[in-house]
Amino acid sequence: MKKSTNALLNAPYAVWSAIFVVVPLFIVVVYAFTDAEGHFSFDSILALKDYGHNFLISLLYSLVATVITLIIAYPFAYALSKTNEKTQRIQMMLVMLPMWMNLLIRTYSWMNILDRNGIINQLLMTLGLKPATFLGTPGAVIFGMVYNYLPYMILPIYTVMAKMDNSLVEAARDLGCNGFNVWRRLILPLSMPGVISGITMVFVPSVSTFYISQKLGNGKIMLIGDTIERQMQTLNNYNLGAALSLVLMVLILVSMFIMNRFADNSGEGGLVA
Amino acid sequence: MKRIVSLIVACALIFAIAAFPVSCSRNDTVENLEGDYTGLEGTTLYVMNWGEYISDGSEGSLDVIKAFEKATGIKVTYDDTTPSNEAMYAKLKSGAISVDVVVPSDYMIQRMIKEEMLQKVDTSKIPNYKYIMDEYKGLYFDPQNEYSVPYNVGMVGIIYNKTMVEGTPDSWSILWDETYKNNILSFGNPRDAFSTAQFLLGQDVNNTDKALWDAAAQKLMEQKPIIQARVMDEVFNKMEGGNAAVAPYYAGDYLLMKSINDDLEFFYPKEGTNIFVDSMCIPKSAKNIEAAHMFINFMLEQEVALQNAEYLCYASPHSGVVNNPDYSFKGNEILYPDDAHKPKTQYFYDLDPEIRSYYEKLWEEIVK
Repeated sequence: MKKSTNALLNAPYAVWSAIFVVVPLFIVVVYAFTDAEGHFSFDSILALKDYGHNFLISLLYSLVATVITLIIAYPFAYALSKTNEKTQRIQMMLVMLPMWMNLLIRTYSWMNILDRNGIINQLLMTLGLKPATFLGTPGAVIFGMVYNYLPYMILPIYTVMAKMDNSLVEAARDLGCNGFNVWRRLILPLSMPGVISGITMVFVPSVSTFYISQKLGNGKIMLIGDTIERQMQTLNNYNLGAALSLVLMVLILVSMFIMNRFADNSGEGGLVA
Repeated sequence: MKRIVSLIVACALIFAIAAFPVSCSRNDTVENLEGDYTGLEGTTLYVMNWGEYISDGSEGSLDVIKAFEKATGIKVTYDDTTPSNEAMYAKLKSGAISVDVVVPSDYMIQRMIKEEMLQKVDTSKIPNYKYIMDEYKGLYFDPQNEYSVPYNVGMVGIIYNKTMVEGTPDSWSILWDETYKNNILSFGNPRDAFSTAQFLLGQDVNNTDKALWDAAAQKLMEQKPIIQARVMDEVFNKMEGGNAAVAPYYAGDYLLMKSINDDLEFFYPKEGTNIFVDSMCIPKSAKNIEAAHMFINFMLEQEVALQNAEYLCYASPHSGVVNNPDYSFKGNEILYPDDAHKPKTQYFYDLDPEIRSYYEKLWEEIVK
């Protein structure tokens, strides 16, 4: 009885994911293992070895961006959860505010702000300093990732922090735990689920982005997303594009798997230990 | 109470946004139509064109699609989301959609004729075809004028900022000049980027000699350390804002940039440059062929062609536009250079797949 109700409740999503997730994934796999004429071929898979460098810098850039967002977001989310309700509401709105504008527009604006003659360099020049080159550097691309995805790190961490029962902290204090240990043995483990989903939500879009690197990297920094976009849009090589996407998906799956293992070990378990 | 007030304010805002386009007066009527636009009321027409490639009613211009619907009673499905000739080709080739009018570029028309993806255009149903100037008839991709009706003509040149560049340059070599290190922009797509090196080296842009393509690729590799960025439409912001000194781009777009930044200058390199024609064609998959002819004829109406030419800033192949005293670019030395200033030009041809994939491989090495 219960089983059939469950199946019924799941039906809409099952249909949705079959059409929009499973079938497209299948098409990607088919393209990755065929050539332009549609015959089975390993050509695209073998061509992947030329793109190791792109995968590597994509991973590196998005890892750095994820770490930076975490360093900014974690203390902020913690401090915010300790303020009164009204401040929390206003601050949360300020965090969300930039997300009301499209990511493409925000990134395009940053391209203009950071450009050679942009506002920042004009400010530097009026102060008598030499203008700096921002665009086309790894720093600009990582900055773009951090700027665009920071809210996705703050939100889940803040949510777990806000729900955390303060009496646990009081109890720990009563039992003689010092400040650092309260954080290490209580707050950190309890906030881990938020951190994990924050990391996932920042890392995944960062590792696959092409727009940010295209605009802020001046078309000179080729992440894996750029490479895939180029195969699809300019070179009309859907097969190689699909093969690259497939590897990217596997990469993301593996990193999520590792993250989740990490979460299981330090989540609830961490508290008991 | 407070909640109700905010709810009302929110509703009012949404309503205001929704009502805004309606309250603006639209420019959607063409006077003095020459053709006959009756008889197909209630049918639909599927047009596929490039983004921002038709006068669309913004800033008081004529809304061509609305005007066509009003004049004919035909409902137009207008798709301008296709980013490139290659993407358009892929969409049509897949057979997933039927399109009545497309606007491919020269080399793509050549390929589509070769692959029998286009049907013949019946010029007897397009009386306004008489306005197409002779120099745009019998072009290499359609020597008998059977498949295409020219819409726009463009040439590539070099845009530079006169406050950042010494003297008056006249050659592609400025894109390799170390003096402007980190101030040079380059094309972000392979064919255009290769052509800059090919012209400099005095090559034919349609050559099929792999050694020549290698030499051009070598030239682009040499340029790599001194360019600031590879761009397509980002070129507008970068040149308008004085962020870079020199960039190759399309002449019509230079005129748009010049209206924002007066320091920008333009020249056609002495070694020669690329010319392109975008033409209206009817794919084999077209369902409303009569309406497609009607649409092409409408696009060639004097008033419509003039509005499009003013809006797009590209050169027009339409004699009624070029000779119109009211046309703001009449005799413009960049769009319509006289014989003494006309650059040497080459069209891109559709290269055979082997050469295409060869230079695409070279391009991968250059950009990655």
